Amino acid sequence: MISIFYFYPMIQALILSFKTGRGNNLQFTGLDNYIRLFSDTTFLTAVKNTFIYLIIQVPVMLVLALFIAVLLNDERLKFKGFFRTAIFLPTVTSLVAYSVVFKYMFGAEGIVNKFLVNLHLISEPIQWITDPFWAKVTIIIAITWRFTGYNMIFYLSSLQNVDKSIYEAAHIDGASAFTQFFKITIPLLKPIILFTTITSTIGTLQLFDEVVNITKGGPGNATMSISQYIYNLSFEYTPNFGYAATVSYSIVVMVLILTLIQNKLGGDKR
Amino acid sequence: MKTKRMFTYVFLIIAALISIFPFIWMVISATNQSVDVTKGTLLPGAHLVGNINNLFSSVDMWQALWNSAKISVVTTVLSLLVASAAGYGFEMYRSRSKDIVFNILLASMMIPFAAIMVPLFQMFAKVSSVVPFLGIDTASAVILPTFTTAFLIFFFRQSTKMFPKDMMEAGRIDGLSEFGLFFRIYMPTMKSTYAAAAIITFLNSWNNYLWPLIVLQSPENMTVPLLISNLGSGYAPDYGLIMSAIVITTLPTALVFFMMQKQFVAGMTGSVK
Repeated sequence: MISIFYFYPMIQALILSFKTGRGNNLQFTGLDNYIRLFSDTTFLTAVKNTFIYLIIQVPVMLVLALFIAVLLNDERLKFKGFFRTAIFLPTVTSLVAYSVVFKYMFGAEGIVNKFLVNLHLISEPIQWITDPFWAKVTIIIAITWRFTGYNMIFYLSSLQNVDKSIYEAAHIDGASAFTQFFKITIPLLKPIILFTTITSTIGTLQLFDEVVNITKGGPGNATMSISQYIYNLSFEYTPNFGYAATVSYSIVVMVLILTLIQNKLGGDKR
Repeated sequence: MKTKRMFTYVFLIIAALISIFPFIWMVISATNQSVDVTKGTLLPGAHLVGNINNLFSSVDMWQALWNSAKISVVTTVLSLLVASAAGYGFEMYRSRSKDIVFNILLASMMIPFAAIMVPLFQMFAKVSSVVPFLGIDTASAVILPTFTTAFLIFFFRQSTKMFPKDMMEAGRIDGLSEFGLFFRIYMPTMKSTYAAAAIITFLNSWNNYLWPLIVLQSPENMTVPLLISNLGSGYAPDYGLIMSAIVITTLPTALVFFMMQKQFVAGMTGSVK
């Protein structure tokens, strides 16, 4: 099944990426699509946006998730179940549903602006959705809200498998909580940190639902992601499947390169 | 030590509040009129019933809920069967090509969906002309490419590593067939893994947006996420109505999660090693 629905389309996509034309009327044009890619400003903007999300959002989210997981792993902590459930709860929402909720929360007159004005943190409402900079910030906040709890659960469940005696020994040796965290927790969790980094990276590279439903990729193309661009090329504008496939392959190449880098970084220090 | 404790609680309370707040606001907004929603009111209104009535009379919400339920349940059942059998097979039987096949499977996890959606769409478009009930604009077209995922096979294989293999030997000696071993011993013992996998698959399927957006075209086949996305894109969207639709969509997933939370956490703990 996986070969039918993953690998066959992969090969098809590769063939398609050398063709061009409208709809199903396609001819071979060699590398034309790939040449077009590098002078396509919309594509370059989409790549830039996606990388901004990637570089800012993924580290922030994973550090936050790890931090919360470590706090929740404390045996003497009360209401642990409540905190865990509350923080994991965003994970059950549909990407579309929460995106729409966030769109209204971050509206010009929305609840977030009201709150910030009432706290005197800002004097003027922020144009969250319509300003190119704040629109990106809104998307980043939204994704962080949705996926931090998801990653936290992975960290929490591996933390629970860690033998407690290691920490006790470290404590007797006089290691501070800080040292324990960096010398014991991080090295032990390395495989799972690598796993979440890779899945989050792939997730961000495929970002679609949020941008479509919060900002529609706008203002201008300021929040457009690569996936949304592929979708637009194939199903919104006059369909150009060949060029869309070329753009798709750019994602495959990016995933490959990033995964190799992450594996190298993760594997070196073992 | 005291201040550190205080800090932990304050931090967790803030994190929990931020996580829950959009839910509270979503429920409050479902009771308000459109104008109040855009103004970000925090007071519950008296329009919940009105909003729900409007929702069900303006769009075919029942149909969308039914479509989503059908797709999610079928996907979940098929997924669990296939992925658990595969995970079981990978772990329990020895074969030389096993690791190669498994690595290829893992590689498929790296393929972003955006990279295959165009050829996949073309594939189903071709199928449409031959076998209409498998092609574009059918529930099967949504289910088929989504029900086998390498992630789930990986998840089952990891959990199977902890499975007490002696039980299998005992079963074999007692004369159970290979199928019997799988259905009568493996399945019941791995209950919490199945529960965790079921939640993950159900949520993913219920919430899936991009692929249904591509293959489902006629309004009567629409799933709930498509419907919600459409509701917001009109000229004068009724925000109260949209919020009540969102509450209705989120309820089943939240319920599934709350009901199976214990098994879910147990299943996750067993698999991530």
